[in-house]
Amino acid sequence: MVEVDLKARRGSFHFEVACQFAAFWTVVFGPSGAGKSTLLRLIAGLELPDSGRISIHGRYMTDTEIGLRIPPGRRMTGLVAQQPALFPHLSVAANVAYGLAGRVDLGRQTRQQRIAAVLDLVGATHLADRSPKRLSGGEAQRVALARALAPMPRLLLLDEPLSALDAGSRDQVLSSLQDWLKTESIQTILVTHDAADALATEAEVALIAEGKLAAIGPASEVLASERERLLARLNCGQSIQARAVGKSKAK
Amino acid sequence: MDWQAFALTLKLASLTTAILLCLAVPLAAWLVLGRSRWRAAAEAVTGLPLVLPPTVLGFYLLVLLGPLTGFGRALTGLLGHPLAFSFAGLVVGSVIYSFPFAVQPIVAGFTSVDRSLIDAARLLGAGKLRLLRTILIPLAGRSLLTAAILSFLHTMGEFGVVLMLGGDIPGATRTLSLVLFNQVEGFDYANANRTALMLLIFCVALLTVVYARPKSLAAGARHG
Repeated sequence: MVEVDLKARRGSFHFEVACQFAAFWTVVFGPSGAGKSTLLRLIAGLELPDSGRISIHGRYMTDTEIGLRIPPGRRMTGLVAQQPALFPHLSVAANVAYGLAGRVDLGRQTRQQRIAAVLDLVGATHLADRSPKRLSGGEAQRVALARALAPMPRLLLLDEPLSALDAGSRDQVLSSLQDWLKTESIQTILVTHDAADALATEAEVALIAEGKLAAIGPASEVLASERERLLARLNCGQSIQARAVGKSKAK
Repeated sequence: MDWQAFALTLKLASLTTAILLCLAVPLAAWLVLGRSRWRAAAEAVTGLPLVLPPTVLGFYLLVLLGPLTGFGRALTGLLGHPLAFSFAGLVVGSVIYSFPFAVQPIVAGFTSVDRSLIDAARLLGAGKLRLLRTILIPLAGRSLLTAAILSFLHTMGEFGVVLMLGGDIPGATRTLSLVLFNQVEGFDYANANRTALMLLIFCVALLTVVYARPKSLAAGARHG
């Protein structure tokens, strides 16, 4: 469970969110610039709030009142952003191994097995020896995901991590990822501004708008209006298509 | 050609450059990665030798390292001889005088490393030392080379600090710049020409390395 009660000011933008993320898979939904990425960066410890606190699985990671700030690397949290940020001077395998280097509890063989397993999970086994400079956008995102999974975080934060993949590949990776995360008991918070992505899962959805939490609950309830809008667009598209077919038949 | 002064100048420049790199790399990392409110003050002090007349710096160092201050007396007691007018004193002066020429290129190099790579490494558990070793230095390797060459050349050509702090003792503190000054003062233009040409060729050759962007270094940054 992740609990946040945060206030942060970034220029004229005011971010103020207080809620609990209790579900195994939570989708944070909202328009661009709503503060979704800021929320993930605050939870990961890459940014500091002006005031507030964050606890992950019962342990406080940030508390401005007592000056507590656990460094990002000690939060057992993985973050995959839209920009893969792979280390360009290291091979794909070395990138994935980066988070395991300090793990003295893992033997060399276990590390190699872990690297192979996460690369296989995201469908990137064949890329292991490649330089990140020679990867496509989608491949780089797969590798970035594998790199975040390798240290087995307790919380995974995904900020539109597979945006460069086509819809089919994205659904495939997300599906196997969800199964794997469930098996490993890794809680996940996924950020998206695509309503279809949010509705595709039976996840809990947190709706964020203008830096504030607008609603949180099951996708079918929180995104009811978005669902109507998407259905209306679909119906509209179908009727336009039907009219076009009718006209061509009449001719 | 005064080969003794030439060797002394090379020794001074090499030693100064080595010390500077050891000091400048961690300082640059602290300036780029740190959050301390003292960063601006530290940067200002680091850049001071750029605008301060070398004679002013030399004078203050002469006073600080001499018998007029407690620090100077303690240092003399510790070493058994005053630091001023010695090769060791010259090294101290050169390190301070060339400090910005080492720090600023490295700070620029580290700053140019994509922030998202630093964030990714921190999330994966890298502390400051590991960040420096595995991300900043490999990706900003060229800036270290630039810093080394600029520090080396700046030390080779320094005059004011050397004269104020080291005097002009053959074999101990007489560098090529002082030799050139003495040759001109003695109207020995033929030898002055040779000394100046030697310094000029050295500077042009090493600066060419800075601007040449050798392929091997570029490749190193990609595949490391």
